[in-house]
This record gives sequence, structure tokens and C-alpha cells, in this order.
Amino acid sequence: MPTEFNFPDTAAKNASAAPRVAVARGDSAQLPPQEFEPERMSLSMGPSHPSTHGVLRIQMELDGEVVTEARPVIGYLHRGDEKIAENMTYNQFVPYTDRLDYLAPLANNMAYAIAVERLAGLEVPERCQAIRVITAELARISAHLIGLGAFGIDTGAWTIFLYTFTEREKLYRLFEELTGARFTTSYTRIGGVARDLPEGWTGRVLEFCDQFLPILEEILSLLTRNKIFMDRTVGVGVISKEDALSYGLTGPNLRGSGVAADLRKDRPYSGYERYEFDVPVGSTGDSYDRYLVRGEEMRQSVRIIRQAIEQLPGGDWYARDARRIFAPPKDKILSSMEELIQNFMIVTEGPQMPAGEVYFEAENPKGALGFFIVSKGGGVPYRLKIRAPSFCNLSILPKVCAGAMISDVVSILGSLDFVMGECDR
Amino acid sequence: MIEFWLSLPPLLQATLKGLAVIAVIFPLAGAGSMAERKVSAWIQGRPGPNRAAIPWLVKIPFLGRALQRLGLFQLLADGLKFFFKEDPVPGHVNKFYFFLAPAVALIPALTTVVAVPFGAWLDGDTVVPIGLANVDLGLLAIFAVSSLGVYALILAGWASNSKYPFLGGVRASAQFISYELSMTISVLPVFLWVNSPGMRGSLSLARVVEFQSLPGFWGGAWFIFTMPVCALIFLIALFAETNRQPFDMPESEADLVGGFHTEYGAFKWAIFFVAEYAHMIVGSGIFTLLFLGGWNPLPWVSLADFSALIGIAGNPLVVGVVSIVIFLLKVLFLIFFFMWVRWTVPRFRYDQVMVLGWQKLLPLSIANLFFYLVVIALLQERL
Repeated sequence: MPTEFNFPDTAAKNASAAPRVAVARGDSAQLPPQEFEPERMSLSMGPSHPSTHGVLRIQMELDGEVVTEARPVIGYLHRGDEKIAENMTYNQFVPYTDRLDYLAPLANNMAYAIAVERLAGLEVPERCQAIRVITAELARISAHLIGLGAFGIDTGAWTIFLYTFTEREKLYRLFEELTGARFTTSYTRIGGVARDLPEGWTGRVLEFCDQFLPILEEILSLLTRNKIFMDRTVGVGVISKEDALSYGLTGPNLRGSGVAADLRKDRPYSGYERYEFDVPVGSTGDSYDRYLVRGEEMRQSVRIIRQAIEQLPGGDWYARDARRIFAPPKDKILSSMEELIQNFMIVTEGPQMPAGEVYFEAENPKGALGFFIVSKGGGVPYRLKIRAPSFCNLSILPKVCAGAMISDVVSILGSLDFVMGECDR
Repeated sequence: MIEFWLSLPPLLQATLKGLAVIAVIFPLAGAGSMAERKVSAWIQGRPGPNRAAIPWLVKIPFLGRALQRLGLFQLLADGLKFFFKEDPVPGHVNKFYFFLAPAVALIPALTTVVAVPFGAWLDGDTVVPIGLANVDLGLLAIFAVSSLGVYALILAGWASNSKYPFLGGVRASAQFISYELSMTISVLPVFLWVNSPGMRGSLSLARVVEFQSLPGFWGGAWFIFTMPVCALIFLIALFAETNRQPFDMPESEADLVGGFHTEYGAFKWAIFFVAEYAHMIVGSGIFTLLFLGGWNPLPWVSLADFSALIGIAGNPLVVGVVSIVIFLLKVLFLIFFFMWVRWTVPRFRYDQVMVLGWQKLLPLSIANLFFYLVVIALLQERL
């Protein structure tokens, strides 16, 4: 019989602890009751648990139903992405970025591409920037939809999840049309995107936006003023402004705590300065605030997408002048020697980068996704470090979970909205 | 036919009725799980199970396709699956209690049916309720037996010797006991109303329905109109007692994985669910009898008037069937309501359930009881 399942085991642990106290006091018989250590139970939540969103494991110490200590155990999805990056060309790593935050691959693609372009000192054309903004914001909506749905499940509202999945499905149709893949999009290339927007695609995106907003209101109205939902989230998992900053929280979790930090506003990239949008911030930093912030961010994303499509410039959708980074058009490759050789070199050797270091963070759905790249020249990075927002956001878990109840831990996890693919890398 | 039935020895009658009820409750409970999936699908804007088919049956024009679309074959497939799939018993459980728990769950769930009358037929002018037994203890007997159901959950939680079921079992014991109090107190005004001083006292449910079919404005009014607070408290407590969301603490799958039945699989798991749905059916039946007029088709329209109206009063068998149908319709609506709520609202936290039970529902039900004590003392003579 496996011993770890035996409750007497915990009892034995506590029994062995009790005499220790008694010996220290020198009197075991007359201990006042409050001096006893309450009996603790250790509970391992995950790695296979319905609400740990993948393979997070939380090792908890329970006093009844109250969590006295919670330690996140991560690494179940570690694939060594950073080391893998050292063994392939810059373009070959794009599919690996899909698998970081696998709920918003388009946004990861963009963050990675911009990081490498900053290394090369390359500025992509405005059309390419706008396309990337549209895709990244669509990815943000899709990621927040899942976050919202999963949060719904965590608090027991299953129907929310199905509603948000229906909307996400519509987005995935658009992604499929654009990139050929629903989930692992791999859309960007260093110096551009894989292909231009298909004909009529922007119209379909606008159609989606038009029908999405009323549905979003409907979904949110199921939760926002719901008494049970508010009971479960208001005042639960409160993260103060100071804590949020000192633990390195980013994204909606940081803004939920009242810090108006958004890289799209603070350090605009890819032409975000051209669009008008608001940065929602919470007031108390509880789970409810984080939920409200995500809801508002989806509305703002729709606003950005509409502006971007309205102002969508024509012209090149890739850096035509960067001949050693972005491959020439296919018809040229098949008809001209010069372009054939150029394509061959980029495919075999990778896009050629100068030696140097670069760090770039983009405002991803989960927070600031950063790439630190050290290059010694050539087509392969010497070292690539990923700053994963989910990893940093999860670091505050022991602090917020202490003193919460088991059900609170679940709703806190839902409100932190993390992705283990990114956390473990 | 009625004469033949009445000529049978009482023991045989009771046995046949008992078997009939089991033969109805079991499929109803199974259909409940199917309905759960269908209702959730409708609420969530998806088709739900509609693929499973029996090769020859599905060929029947219209009907076969309709049954397939309704997912009825899926129900059969699920039922068969529970019989035939492997029934693993984890190595760390206490086998005796582990096997005992599902049985303990099912016995009270089926026993409570005994005291629930589910229809009536007309013997001349008198309405005779149909039920396994018109127990004078009525509701008290039902409460007493159904409260045994909690032992199944505690037993399952303990016997599983695993942490999530253990927490589920602990939650179950606390929750069910708390809500039984307000549940019992909330129905007292109904019985105070029914058993006015000088009458022969009885807690029989048939009598409550009898009262709701009296002529006159106050006689024909269902108790949900005259005692809405009682009905509300009873309904909320019913949610908690039948372990339904938003009160499904013992199994709340978001945090406790499966709660008390985490370690159960196959047929034993299915028995827990049949028991849960049987509880729900019986609970809805009691609510219908107490507050929704039982087998009376509409408020202020009693079964006797109704049968006279549509001209079936002379045929006791038809009246019986009609009354059962009316009763079942109300029960099914309530079950639909249970599912509707489940798929709409989030789940409470365990301590919030306790606060609601002890600090809100219990004082409210006591205040409500005192209110009706005064009202009944002052008013009933004049009505």
C-alpha cells in the first residue's frame, strides 16, 4: 500500500511535532489548547488538475480549508526553447515562439520578429507594422477570451467558457485564412510577415469586430454584476501596487493593481503610437479588477483593430531593401539567378545579423514578453533569453494564496491567467 | 380493471407499485443525465449529443431521426457503458466502505419515493391519491430518510482514503446538515396552515394537495402564492440538499476535481449519479406537492373540476393517467429549472455556503415561521 495516501502519515507527522513543543515547555499534560499546532494537511494541486490550466502544480499546506502555504512547482512543460534557439537560424525559431504563449501565437511571433529586427537595426514598412498590430490585437482578444472562459470555469460558470470558445472559433477561422494554421500560426518572418493579407480579409475582420462587441457585453453581463461571481472574486487575491511592481508583474495583472503600465503606450513599437486607445486600470488589485481589466482590454483591442484597418497603408509588406534578411518574392526566385542565390543563402545560413545584443519587450496578452538576444554575427543567435510574463506573474502566487481558501486558490489562478507553455518555456 | 387491481392482495399491490416506481425512477434518473447534457447544450448554443444511433431503429422514418437528434440513443449507450467498462478499485481505499457508499447513496434516494404521492384518481367524487403509501408522517419520513443520503458522501470521502474526496466528504457533512434545518423550518407554515386547530393532524403530502384543491379563492391558491418565502427558502435548501450548483460543494470540480467521487469509476460512479438525480426528482416532486398544487392542473382549477370540464371524470383510469402526467410535467419543469440554474451561475465558495445557510436562510426561515404563526392564528378562522 503506498504510504503517501495514508492520513495516519500526516497524523504521525503532527504527533512527532507535538512532543517537540511539549518537551520544549517541559510539560506535555497541561498545554493550553491554543498552544497546539493545528493539524496540517498537505495537498498537491496539479500537475493534472482541472483548474491549474495545463501542468502547474501547487504544493499546499492546509489548515482545514484554509491554505497556509502554497508553493508553485513549475517545469512540467520545460522544453528548453532557449537552448533550441541557439541551434537554428532566426527564422527557424519563429514556430517555437508559437508554443510559448500558445493562446496568442501571433503576438509572440511579432514580439520575436521585432526583437530580431531591432538587433539588425531594421525598420519594416508601415503596412507590415499595421498588419502585425492587427494580428497581435486579434491574438489579444482570442487570448483574453480563453482567459475569461477559463476564469468562468474556475468559478463554476461553465457556460461562459463555451460562449468565449464560440467567439474564439470565429477568430481562428480568420487566422486560418491569414496564416494557413489555426493554432500555430508562425506568421512573421524576420523583416516582414509570411504573406500579405488575403483579399477581403480586413472586411471580414471588421465584420467580426461588429458582431463581437455585443456578444462580449452579453458574456460579461453574465458575470460582472453576478452576486455569486462577485462574492468569489471581490477582495480575493488582492495584490497591492507595491507588490505587483516588486514581483515584476506585467500586463493585465499589473494594471489590475492600479499601475497604468502598458508598453504599447510607454514604449510604442510597430506603430502603436498611431492608434488611439485607453489603458484600463483596476483600483484594488483583486481578482475582480483583473477580470474587469481584461474585459475592457478586449474592447480597446477592437478599437485599435478598427483604426489600424481604416488607416492600413499600401505598399510593401516586407522589408524589400533588407536583401540579406528577407527572401525575395517567389516568382523572382524562380526566374532570376541573383534572387535564387539570395534565397538560398537566407534559407541555409539564416538572415544575417550583426554582432551585438538587444533586449525587446512587447505588450503581450499575458504581460511583457521579452527577448534578449546575443548575436555574434551570422544567422544563428549565440544566446536567446525569453522573459516570460506568466513566469513572473506566477511568482506572486505564494503571497496571494496564503490565507485563502482552496476555492480561492482556483479563482486566483483563473484571474492571474497564465500559460504554462510560456512559463516553463 | 380497477376492480381487478383492488382485488389483488395488498402486499402484491405494494410490490407491483414499488417495482413500477423503480422502473420509472431509474430511467428517469438516466434521462436526467441526458437532459442535463441537452439542456446545457441548448444554453451554451451547441447541438449536444445527437450522433449515437441504433442501426435499425434509426431507420424508422422521422421518429428514428428525432430520437437520434434528442440523444436518446446516447443515453442507452452511456447506460451500457457504465455496465461494461472496467471498474477499477484504487489500491489505497477501504474496500468495504468504498463499495458500501454507492449503495448507501441509492437506498435513501429510492426509499423516499414511498411517501411521495404522484397522482390521483376519482372514486366517485372523492379524490384518491396514487402513491406507494399515504404515510401519515409524510414529509417527516421523507426528510428523515433522505438525510441519510449524506452518509453515502461522507463514507465515499473517507473510504477513498485520498485527499480531494476527503475534503468533499467533510464539506458534504457540514453543508447537508446546515441546510436541513432551514429546509424543515421552511415547510412548517404549510403544515400549520393545513392542520388548523381541531383537525386531525397529519404531515401527509396528499393532504397538502387536497388543501390546494379546495374551492374558493384561498382554497384553490397554491402555496407558492400564499407562502412565497417558504417556497423560496425550500427551493434554495433543495439546491443545497441535492448537491446542485451553485451549492455543489462536495464535488465542486473546479477545486476538488470530483470531490467525494474522485476515486470512483464505472458503475459505482453511475450509481452515485442515479442517486443524485433520484434525489432531484423526489425533491422536485415534494416541491410540486407542497407549493405547486401537486396534480392540480392550474391554480384555482382542481383535478376534479378539470376532469369534469374535459369530460373524463367518469373514467378513473384516464383521470389517474392525466393527473400523473400533470404532476410529472411540473416535476420536469422544476428539474429543467435546476439545470437552467446550474448552467447559468457560478459556484459559491464553501464558507459562503455556510454563511448563507446559517446566517441568512435559518434566521429568515425562523422569522417566516413566526410571521405565519401570527397570520394563521389571526386570519385562518375568517378565511
